[in-house]
Amino acid sequence: MSKTDILLEINHLSTSFRIKDDYFAAVDDVTLTLRKNEVLAIVGESGCGKSTLATSIVGLHNTENTKVDGEINYNNQNLVQMTDEQFNNVRGAEIGFIFQDPLSALNPLMRIEQQIEESLIYHTKLNKEERNKRVIELLQQVGIPNPERTAKQFPHQLSGGMRQRVMIAIALSCKPAVIIADEPTTALDVTIQAQILDLLKALQSETGAGIILITHDLGVVAEVADRVAVMYAGQVIEEAPVNELFTNPKHPYTRSLLNSIPQMNTEGQKLNVIHGIVPSLKNLPRTGCRFASRIPWMPQDIHEASPSMHEVAPDHFVRCTCWQRFHFEEESDVV
Amino acid sequence: MWKTVVRRILVMIPQLFVLSLIIFFLAQKMPGDPFSGLITPETDPSRIEELREQAGLNDPLPMQYVNWIKDVAQGDFGKSYTYKRSVSSLIGERAYNTFLLSLFSVILVYALAIPLGVIAGRYKDTFVDKTVVLYSFISYAIPTFVLSLIFLYVFGYQLSWFPTSGTVDVGIEEGTLSYYWNRIHHMLLPAITYAVLGTTGIIQYLRSEVIDAQTQDYVKTARSKGVPMRKVYTRHIFRNSLLPIAAFLGFTITGLLGGSIFIETIFGYPGMGQLFVNSVLTRDYSVITTLVMLFGFLTLLGSLLSDIIMSIVDPRIRID
Ligand SMILES: Nc1ncnc2c1ncn2[C@@H]1O[C@H](COP(=O)(O)OP(=O)(O)O)[C@@H](O)[C@H]1O
Ligand SMILES: [Mg+2]
Repeated sequence: MSKTDILLEINHLSTSFRIKDDYFAAVDDVTLTLRKNEVLAIVGESGCGKSTLATSIVGLHNTENTKVDGEINYNNQNLVQMTDEQFNNVRGAEIGFIFQDPLSALNPLMRIEQQIEESLIYHTKLNKEERNKRVIELLQQVGIPNPERTAKQFPHQLSGGMRQRVMIAIALSCKPAVIIADEPTTALDVTIQAQILDLLKALQSETGAGIILITHDLGVVAEVADRVAVMYAGQVIEEAPVNELFTNPKHPYTRSLLNSIPQMNTEGQKLNVIHGIVPSLKNLPRTGCRFASRIPWMPQDIHEASPSMHEVAPDHFVRCTCWQRFHFEEESDVV
Repeated sequence: MWKTVVRRILVMIPQLFVLSLIIFFLAQKMPGDPFSGLITPETDPSRIEELREQAGLNDPLPMQYVNWIKDVAQGDFGKSYTYKRSVSSLIGERAYNTFLLSLFSVILVYALAIPLGVIAGRYKDTFVDKTVVLYSFISYAIPTFVLSLIFLYVFGYQLSWFPTSGTVDVGIEEGTLSYYWNRIHHMLLPAITYAVLGTTGIIQYLRSEVIDAQTQDYVKTARSKGVPMRKVYTRHIFRNSLLPIAAFLGFTITGLLGGSIFIETIFGYPGMGQLFVNSVLTRDYSVITTLVMLFGFLTLLGSLLSDIIMSIVDPRIRID
């Protein structure tokens, strides 16, 4: 991979929320890169900081109670340092964003065409007529069967899948180099999920955009991702190309996630759930291995004192050393 | 849509019928009648009895009810015993006065409340917001009659900026410019009083709607498109925040005829509110029953109107 392929470079990014008088980092020193033409998946359970990370990239955190430190380099600019006005030239134009729930993400009082047109108004010089044409074109591109009709409709008149296609059309409208999709299929039926993922994949090969796909569903990852970053408690704990991750998972968290996928062929086998829950922001362990509390049967000395990322294979990084001796809970571990 | 409207109006008929029964029998239960006020030690009891007989007050109740409903159905609401004139012309005149005052007041209310509520919500927790919230708490805590009396005393009597009662000074030629100005001048103080008190609810409501809308996903979407903050407010947040206000608009419009009992009474403004109080005090049955019927009808109409307005402003709501 050459340096010029890099679209987005996230360096030591920390995003902290204020709770009462203290700030707590929900994204804690994350470093990631996104290259052209690739789908980078970010996976992890709910509450691991995935949305916080995504929102930081488009600068949509409320500045009154959120602090963002570190760098997000795009096009030789550090997005973190931008004013809201400067950022408005990036959002929508260079970075498109797709939300989880397309019903609440669309304004209920505006026609579809108005909502797609809105980004065109602020980022292009197209006149009204050209914008209308572009709206229809976009609706066609995202596979909406009757674009002229849909353009005039309101969000509640469309099905969930159609709404998400509209959201994608909005994100694509100004041909952004980066698309961030935060759980774009979570709110949809399973059959529709596959269609939306296919669409994203197809659009990507058409436009060459880099996609950051956030999900808690490893099935989705397997289907579309090129590279995967696994997040736990605000940190990236493993990063690898998709095949490598599925065939050679290292970190206990990654292995536990994979292990918890229900298997179709092993009927009657009990579901493997991960011990405990993701700690809340205030109760996050800030020192040592953050995953330690969820594998209590493992001895404490398997963890690094200050876990850092280690390259265990080309392009495959793992945090902490606990993976070397980790095993799943056995009968003898139960106390 | 018209089908629904017609159906809804037809449904009102039985509703009004039930209302009329309730009103009629409640009126019967009121102690005394229009003639009890005339009784003095010198009155000949047989004279009173004669009047009662003439007015049909000695007929059996069902017959009285049927006679009343028959007249009402023909648009004859009877005569006011107190004012010695037909109820419809009396109410017509008062309704006109009240309508003018209410319209003026409601316009003031919205002109004040919408910007204040929106600004408070947008600049939540700032000095401006705190001032607006303080104002709305104070105006919420003050009873109508207290504020009316204070305003009347200060601006009416002490400073003499405004007339203290009536709708127009005597001796001004109708139709002239100074006549209209004089009418407005008479309405100003009661309207301002009404507005100061009436804004409270709308400000609080709108403020919380705006604060709530700010965190909605569609606002994030708009921001993620790179829409400037100012436009996010005007195109997305305000429009959605104003919806619940529109939901009350129907009631507000029909409520224009209701009038405020306190304000009209204290400011000596001859409107519906004042008429209602007076007719209760003088047991003026035909006026009371007509007024209550009218208020009931207006409430039903208000709800229909609100539904129609909502179906116009909110694409998710349709009546067909
Ligand atoms: N605006 C906020 N204020 C305070 N805490 C927040 C806020 N948003 C998210 N959090 C907390 O940050 C953590 C990460 O949340 P989030 O990024 O939404 O996780 P994910 O998207 O992976 O489910 C959670 O503990 C969540 O409660
Ligand atoms: Mg999330």
